[in-house]
This record gives sequence, C-alpha cells and structure tokens, in this order.
Amino acid sequence: MKIEVMDGGLLTTLQDMGRIGYQKFGVLANGAMDTFSLRLANLLTGNALGEAALEMPLRGPVLRLQPGTVFAITGADMMPTMDGVPVPMFRPVCVVRDAELRFGGCRRGCRSYMAVAGGFDVPLVMGSKSTYLRAGLGGWQGRALQAGDVLPAGTMSGAARDFSRRMQSRAGEAAFMTVPWFVRGGVVLDTAPLRVTRGLQYDWFTTESCEAFCREPFQITMQSDRMGYRLLGPHLELKKPREMVSEPVAFGTVQVADGNPILLLADRQTTGGYPKIFQLAQADLPRVGQCPVGHKIRFELISLCAAEDLYRRQQEYINELAVSIRLKLCEG
Amino acid sequence: MANHKNQALAARVLPLGEAAALVSFGTKISLDVHRAVRAFAADLSRHPFRGMTEYVEAYTSVTVFYDPMMLCREKLLNPAPDVPYSFQVAELYIGELLQGSGKAAALTPRHVRIPVCYGGKYGPDLAAVAQYHKMSEEEVVAAHTGGDYLVYMIGFAPGFPYVGGLAPRLATPRRKSPRLVIPKGSVGIAGMQTGVYPIETPGGWQLIGRTPLELFRPDNGENPSLLQAGDSLEFYAISEQEYMDYMAEGSVPVQ
Repeated sequence: MKIEVMDGGLLTTLQDMGRIGYQKFGVLANGAMDTFSLRLANLLTGNALGEAALEMPLRGPVLRLQPGTVFAITGADMMPTMDGVPVPMFRPVCVVRDAELRFGGCRRGCRSYMAVAGGFDVPLVMGSKSTYLRAGLGGWQGRALQAGDVLPAGTMSGAARDFSRRMQSRAGEAAFMTVPWFVRGGVVLDTAPLRVTRGLQYDWFTTESCEAFCREPFQITMQSDRMGYRLLGPHLELKKPREMVSEPVAFGTVQVADGNPILLLADRQTTGGYPKIFQLAQADLPRVGQCPVGHKIRFELISLCAAEDLYRRQQEYINELAVSIRLKLCEG
Repeated sequence: MANHKNQALAARVLPLGEAAALVSFGTKISLDVHRAVRAFAADLSRHPFRGMTEYVEAYTSVTVFYDPMMLCREKLLNPAPDVPYSFQVAELYIGELLQGSGKAAALTPRHVRIPVCYGGKYGPDLAAVAQYHKMSEEEVVAAHTGGDYLVYMIGFAPGFPYVGGLAPRLATPRRKSPRLVIPKGSVGIAGMQTGVYPIETPGGWQLIGRTPLELFRPDNGENPSLLQAGDSLEFYAISEQEYMDYMAEGSVPVQ
C-alpha cells in the first residue's frame, strides 16, 4: 500500500509518541502534540499504540489512497471527504476504490490525526519516526509532506487485514466502506480549565502572580508553534530578580520570560534557563495540542497527587478502549 | 572525587510534574557539583530503574523522566498520603543510587581537540571581538586556543555543548541583532560562554571561527553527539586550506 500526496497541507508531519532517550544529547523529543488522538487513531486501525501517524494542523492535505487501505481520523474535525462524500471520524474506514481524501477547514480543535493500518514504513531515527523539523531528520525525509511524495505503508496487523477484506467484499457505490460504530471521548477543544501543578520555581513568584495565573485567561499569541505557546495575560512577577542555571524542562512546563509565560510543547528544547512557575498535568497535554492560536485558556491549580490520578485514569481509559476496539475490529 | 558521598547526601530530589524528578546537587555552577552530576548520571546509565524512560544532565542537576504507571505497580511499605505514589517510588530508587554514588568507578574525562579556522568568512565577528577588547585578532585566537575547557552539559540544540573555561578577558556581549542563520560548525562567544553550533540555527553569538567537525551525528547509533557532558575540550587553529581539506575528505579524526 502507498499513500500519494497531491497537496501537503499546511504542515503535515509524521509523529509518534516521541524520541525518547536522546534528550541528554540535546536531541528534541518531538512527537505528537495530541498523543491521545494519535493513540486512538492507531487503535482504530489495529496498529500498536505508538505507531507514527500524520499530524495535520489547521489545513490538511489531499491524499490519493489505494483500495484495501484502512485508515482512521481523530482529533480536530477537518471535514474530510472522499469523492465529495463526508468521511466519518473516530472509526476505521476502508478504501474500496482509488480515490482522493480531502481535508477542509478545521473545527473543534486545530490538529487532525490520520493513522493508516500498518503504519508508515519510514526508518526509525534514534528510535522514533517523529519528524524533527529543525534538524531535518526523521518522519518523511525530515520535513513536512509535499505534493508528489509517495509514502509507503507498513504491513497491517492480522485484524486490520481481515477487516479490510470484509469491507471490500461488501463494497457498494461509495469509494470507502466503514462501520456503524465509533469511539466517543476524543480530545476536543473546550473551555474547561487546563490543570497545572506547582513548578520547580513556583515560590520565586509573587503570590499575586501565582493567583492571577489561575484566575485570568491567557491568550495563545501568534508567536506559537510546536515548540511552545507564548501566552498573553497578566504580567507574572518574581518576588526579587534572580538568575537561574539552565536545567531540563518537560512537555507542559510553563516557564516565564520577561513576565510572560511560555508553555513548552512537543518540540521544546531539552533545557531552559527561565524559572518554571507551573507544570501542566500530563493528562491535559493532549488538550493543549488542540488549542489554536488566538484561543483563550484558563488554568486550574491541582495537587501532584490529583495530577497522578488523572494520568492513571487516562491510561486506564486508553487500555479499556484498546480492548473494546480490538473486539469491534474483529466483529467488523 | 573523594567527596562524592557528601555531594550525594546533599542532593535534593524534587518533582518536575508527575512524570519526572529533578535531582539537584546545588544551585551554583562548580567543578564539585559537576562531578556529582556526572557520577550520578553514570550510575543511572549503569543501573536504570524499571519505569525510568531517560535522564538529562544539566549544570547542577540531573532530571530523571519516568512513566508513573510503571512506578505505581511497585509496593511501598508506608506510602505518604500527600505525595504522588510514583514520585515516592522514584525517590526510593534515586536515594539508593545516591547512597552508592561514591562507589562509582572514577570517571576519566575524555579529551577532545576541535580544529577551528578563525576569522575571515568563517569568523565574521573576530575583528569586532578583538576591537571590543582592544586586542589584535591574533591575540584573541591565542587566548581562545590557550584555554582549558570543560563541557558541563549538552542542550539547546542536538550536540550543542555548554562549555566552561572561557578566559574572562574574552567575555563579549551577544550581538545587538541576532543572525537569522548561523552556519553549522560556527564557533562563537556569548558573555562568559564559548561554544560550537552543531546545526544551522538563528542566534546572537559573536562568531569567531568555524570547525569542520560534525558535532551532531544522527546516524551514529546510541551516541549522536560528538561531545558529552564531562569532556575536556581544546580548540586549535587551522588554516582555511586545512579547513577545506577536512571538508573535502568528508571526515575528520577526532584526536
């Protein structure tokens, strides 16, 4: 199977769960901005959870797909169509004749994910298929997709292959076949606050600044990308000027430079020299990945124990989904 | 290396969110703190604990990343109620390693020599740096090549070394307007720091030369960075002809 790119879209890249183990060499972790949607798309196509999928921000690509290809789209709604027929999201879809899959504008979030059964057959670079744009490595030739690219898909799991055969045998007029069931509970853009815990230098900031952070909305500015979101809101002040020595940062670290918070994301640098006022709860990282520029976000302070619970529940939920989706895929 | 044990005992373990712990050996950059960081990182790499995903060394600390789900499977005798369970387990593992830190085999630092073609088109700011310090370009080069340097940490960009040991008389403020593109291999000065750019990036450093060495080698298996924390560094001057010869041969001997 192969996937032909007719139009690359805005910045369509291959991403998986990230490049783990090389940050000590200054190598960025990269990986999907919304890892929940990534994993869901993989489950729906019978892939391993951490297989690479297409991450499509704001304006998606146009792809030519071959019959027998099984794919699933999760995350933001980009109104995908095949031959003018809307393609449902959050369920496995099987292509039954050559057709173009088109993505339109973006609703309810800002990143769509598309997994293909068998994954994408690109080399692992330092253990990951994630695209490292700055270094021109990993993913598809180290860059975003362009018209003319032809991406090879890997070997499907047995369940996906059986599913593909069953769907093709029932093919009708449409260019694709799908199932009547779908998965609820994808990550969508909402107004609920993002949960944070105290950062390592929380105590350096004035009480007023810490409180304002969890009271006032912050807007995601234009100077935002996969590396980080620069936020605009109340000025955050240190109790007294302090120099800090560079130390490692993490996905979801909120550091403060010149009084403005920067939320560090998938393409963050490995270390940072600014004080860290808050740390986003792991369970809420996928939600951040769906917040577009201009969106106003609110924060809510929770304890580390509560954050750990949220994370554990999310992981358990994904495990439950994995079991039920596997069963459903086999039933057809 | 004798006071590792003391250094280790002075370490503080702090949560960086619910999936990482920062092990801090002090707040000021010093050789002793650096050695404690190195010893602990070496122990982590030899004895990674179950659930640990990676660790990153910095000037005064090591951050250990882990999967909270994995650590929550371990049994604790008396877990504290208000501290995340996975952090308590991580702290226990880290504490055991810190106790043993003094027993780690002495680390012999590697010595790496870096050839640099100073000035001209490869070091467009060499003249400005010389003028700033009222020195000749030759004197700047002599001072830069005469230094003993230590790689404290790798960060900012793949293979980018944070280097200590710049002669105070070479300390130069960053350029007023940063360059949009700093070529790969550029050797620069910013304040009290000197360093080498492994990949092309924007930046405000004063560029005094360029090395033909590849600092970032993504195809080099488990070790994509030429330099590692703890390496001792030496810069030596090469001519433009030697630089071009190095580049033409495609590879450069490290030593």
